[in-house]
Amino acid sequence: MTVFDSGFGSSIGYGQTLPPDWPGGFWFHWGVFVVIILVFVLAMVMGFIYLERRGIGRFQVRLGPNRVGPFGVLQPVADALKVLIKEDITPAKGDKLVHWLAPVVAFVPVVMIFAVVPFQGGALLADLNIGILYVVAISSVTTVGIFMAGWGSNNKYSLLGAMRQVASVVSYEIPVVLSIIGVVLLAGSLSLSQIVLAQDIPFILLQPLGFLLFFIGGCAEINRTPFDLMEADSEIVAGFHTEYSGMKFALFYLVEYAEALAISAIITTLFLGGWRGPVLPPFLWFLIKVLAVFFLIFWVRSTIPRIRVDQLMAFAWKCLLPLALINLLITGIEVLVLPEALPWTIIFLNLAIMAVLIALWSKLFRLGGGRVEV
Amino acid sequence: MRFERYGIGIAKGMALTLKHLFRRPITTQYPEERLVTSRRIRGNELVWDREKCTGCATCAKSCPQGTIQIATSVSAEENKYVVEKFEVDTGYCIFCGLCVEACPYEALFMGYAYERAKYRRGELVLTKEELLASDERKPSGYARPKIEVTLPRQTLLLDRDKVRK
Repeated sequence: MTVFDSGFGSSIGYGQTLPPDWPGGFWFHWGVFVVIILVFVLAMVMGFIYLERRGIGRFQVRLGPNRVGPFGVLQPVADALKVLIKEDITPAKGDKLVHWLAPVVAFVPVVMIFAVVPFQGGALLADLNIGILYVVAISSVTTVGIFMAGWGSNNKYSLLGAMRQVASVVSYEIPVVLSIIGVVLLAGSLSLSQIVLAQDIPFILLQPLGFLLFFIGGCAEINRTPFDLMEADSEIVAGFHTEYSGMKFALFYLVEYAEALAISAIITTLFLGGWRGPVLPPFLWFLIKVLAVFFLIFWVRSTIPRIRVDQLMAFAWKCLLPLALINLLITGIEVLVLPEALPWTIIFLNLAIMAVLIALWSKLFRLGGGRVEV
Repeated sequence: MRFERYGIGIAKGMALTLKHLFRRPITTQYPEERLVTSRRIRGNELVWDREKCTGCATCAKSCPQGTIQIATSVSAEENKYVVEKFEVDTGYCIFCGLCVEACPYEALFMGYAYERAKYRRGELVLTKEELLASDERKPSGYARPKIEVTLPRQTLLLDRDKVRK
């Protein structure tokens, strides 16, 4: 509670975009931002589903859904209505309570992530001084929900998918957190709004390797396509949500896209300068950057085929983890030794280091004992 | 295919998919747009020429499904057969085109249509009058080289200029 109180006080302290006559009462602030966040998440998830289906369609030289409403805009609404009126089936020999709880356990933490994401200066639910730690901690809870889904379904494919998910999250969490620490070292704070304020130069320039590691690790954690082994339809039917139907399935679908939204928002905040930008209003900048990151995510999805399980694990432990450690070491040295150096020297130094490291690891690191030659 | 390291392969793939964004989608929006059918299509409906038909029933014998029913009577004044009944049950028809190939007098042709879904089975049976050629029911060039040469050369791709009109 003390953590929350101090954080909350500082969020009103910035105040540059909240109106000057903002009542600032605890419950008032809370209520307004909870509504804003829920509306934002649901609306953006609808938009993301539409954008991704249309976008992937165009990447594959198709049209994508274009029948419901103008340009197919209402397709996610139609899907939501369809899924609402479908029958809700629980497996006869499944664990009923766990099966019922799993979607909720998976969905709630994803929405909770947005509590600390600054939409513009000071406009956030709670400016926790341990913001990014909170994000890392709370986002891992989703995995518990997904494992509950796999367990409660009493289905081998569900359990296999859930176990793959747990394995990938446990492995990829480490490089992700290590690349976050690089950003934290530069910003000198764990609070997300402080990190945004510290980015006079977006950290993607100062931390190119960290951005790459965070992007890959983040994609793996939210199971986007090169790493979507847990719902690999060609191997294990639909993974953990094989036995789900109706609104429970819809919640899992929502989790998938809300996670994509969360990772886009966090990449925006940590590496792209958050809501900061010239001319346009800050909230619009935030939205543009989030959409740009999401575009990158589904661009990767439409390009790269799924990898194998052993490749997934090897990639995390043999490639991402050492690179993340080296990145952390280099960032630490730079923060200690070159605090006064011109930013451009550091930017070019870091880009050179990234190029060298990637070339080196491509040479050193062979997946599957060299069987990948095609 | 060569395996490329250093992320070059991935970069090439990403560039390729990005190029696809700016290509025209190949989707055909079916009820509004239709692909051009071949001028030699074995379409869904037979076209029958009443004048040329002698009622020899070669088509009925060649039909592997027994789809064609033909009944004739003798006209003494004209000294020839009159086709009383000529019915094709398109519900059984497999559009093999054997009847058209078999016809010795070139009185039977394949048609262009391919949408023959009906609500009643009875509507699938085409009678003598329904089988005649008209502006909507043109004979296709299948097994009829004389008709084929009169038809324009064509592409089988979507004719988008036509669709826009």
